[in-house]
Amino acid sequence: MQNFVSGLIRKITGVLFFLTFVSQPGYGADQQLLLATTTSTDNTGLLDYLVPQFTEKTGIQVKWVATGTGKALKLGENCDADVLMVHAPEAEKTYVEAGFGVNRRQIMYNDFVFIGPESDPAKIKGRDVCASLKAIMEKKAVFASRGDNSGTNKKEISLWTTCTETVPEKQPWYLQTGQGMLATINMAAERGGYTMTDRGTFIKYEANHNGSPPLRIVVEGDDSLMNQYSVIEVNPARCPKVQNESARSFGDWLVSAEGQKAIGSFRLLDKQLFTPNAGN
Amino acid sequence: MDFIVAGIVKAFQLLLQGDRETYSAVLATVQVSSLSMSVSLLIGIPLGYCLGYADFPGRRSIRTVVDTMLSLPTVFIGLLVYAFISNRGPLGEYGLLFTLSGIAVGQAILALPIVIALTATAVESLDRPLRLTLLSLGASGRQVFLTSIWEARLGLLVAAVTATGRVLTEVGISMMVGGNIKWHTRTITTAIALETNKGQFATGIALGLVLLAIAFAVNLSLSFLRRRA
Repeated sequence: MQNFVSGLIRKITGVLFFLTFVSQPGYGADQQLLLATTTSTDNTGLLDYLVPQFTEKTGIQVKWVATGTGKALKLGENCDADVLMVHAPEAEKTYVEAGFGVNRRQIMYNDFVFIGPESDPAKIKGRDVCASLKAIMEKKAVFASRGDNSGTNKKEISLWTTCTETVPEKQPWYLQTGQGMLATINMAAERGGYTMTDRGTFIKYEANHNGSPPLRIVVEGDDSLMNQYSVIEVNPARCPKVQNESARSFGDWLVSAEGQKAIGSFRLLDKQLFTPNAGN
Repeated sequence: MDFIVAGIVKAFQLLLQGDRETYSAVLATVQVSSLSMSVSLLIGIPLGYCLGYADFPGRRSIRTVVDTMLSLPTVFIGLLVYAFISNRGPLGEYGLLFTLSGIAVGQAILALPIVIALTATAVESLDRPLRLTLLSLGASGRQVFLTSIWEARLGLLVAAVTATGRVLTEVGISMMVGGNIKWHTRTITTAIALETNKGQFATGIALGLVLLAIAFAVNLSLSFLRRRA
């Protein structure tokens, strides 16, 4: 019996060493470029399309964590990512000024749209953004908000502030989901309500429903609905362990003619999702 | 409702057609839970033995602490582990964040109280005369330990099964510490959370069924051990 137990312990220790060994190579934080980004670039499949091209060109492996812009910025602030791809220009500028990031460059944009059910309970189809938000508020139509401090959420809050001078908080028709964009769209659809999304994620949502989704675009094309994406390198002076050289290459590639062309050629349902605009 | 049936069909497709993403998540889940279970069993069984066997001042209070730790929420463990292994945290230099080893640390913390508490209970419920008999036969401390553990083996098996179940199914730690990185730290549970977020319910259900299949395999092999014992 004693042999059994000590044999068992030996075996467990063996397995332990084996697992530590096999789980390490290639996974070490210092092996690959770590990109912190927003759910929209991941959910739409853009990164699955871009990253292999970048890796082929430079040999740099990239892995990415997709969260909201708020958390992505926080990861950079904690030195837990090398490079960020985010979309909240105001927050980004403050971030760079605070010394957390360097070399912020614009890479592409898409736009936000308001989507809602065909029945359009607040009658906002085709109206402008401010009129729509006021109508939603007046009619107490269901509106799903990300509520997660993401780039989309920040944009939505700034629109409420500009248009109605208040941001809904506890109103029963205002749902703060705290989840990603597609999850939020699904919740809006389940409740027959409106939400604001970036166009890229909406096209992905359309594709998921084979082109005939329960929610349709009701408001679009307003200047205030522009959604700018940028790449920011985590400040190597603050975080000595970040791989700034690879991060720089990633940013360089995204703004290069080749990277810009790749962004522009990414299509879903034969629609272009992002418009490259580096250098503007 | 369609997606439930679609999910079951898809589960078989993913498994039988050798879908690479699915197998990567399965492998990550198996690796990380084996690692965390090995660590928690190696540390937890001796500690649980001491707690159930030895009499020392403060034993009751320690027992209460361990029992309280049974209710540790996984997201809270995830947050704590993240804070410690973040590059700005005290253990940042080991580069554990967004790795399977980092997840295993969190899962070991999750499993340890379960292993300790259930081992202690199993050892406590042993025949009291066993210890006296062993001592009177001249057994050394180590022999008493090994014999008691052997006698309590069914209780230990229950401890292992319970802890494995908790570790296999947790999502908070894997998500926060691992970051759900495709091909690297995406486990089955974080993949389910992601697929649900993406509205791909069928894939989520398929992955859930895969996880159940793994749990079934683990329990099957353990019940085989039990019959042998």
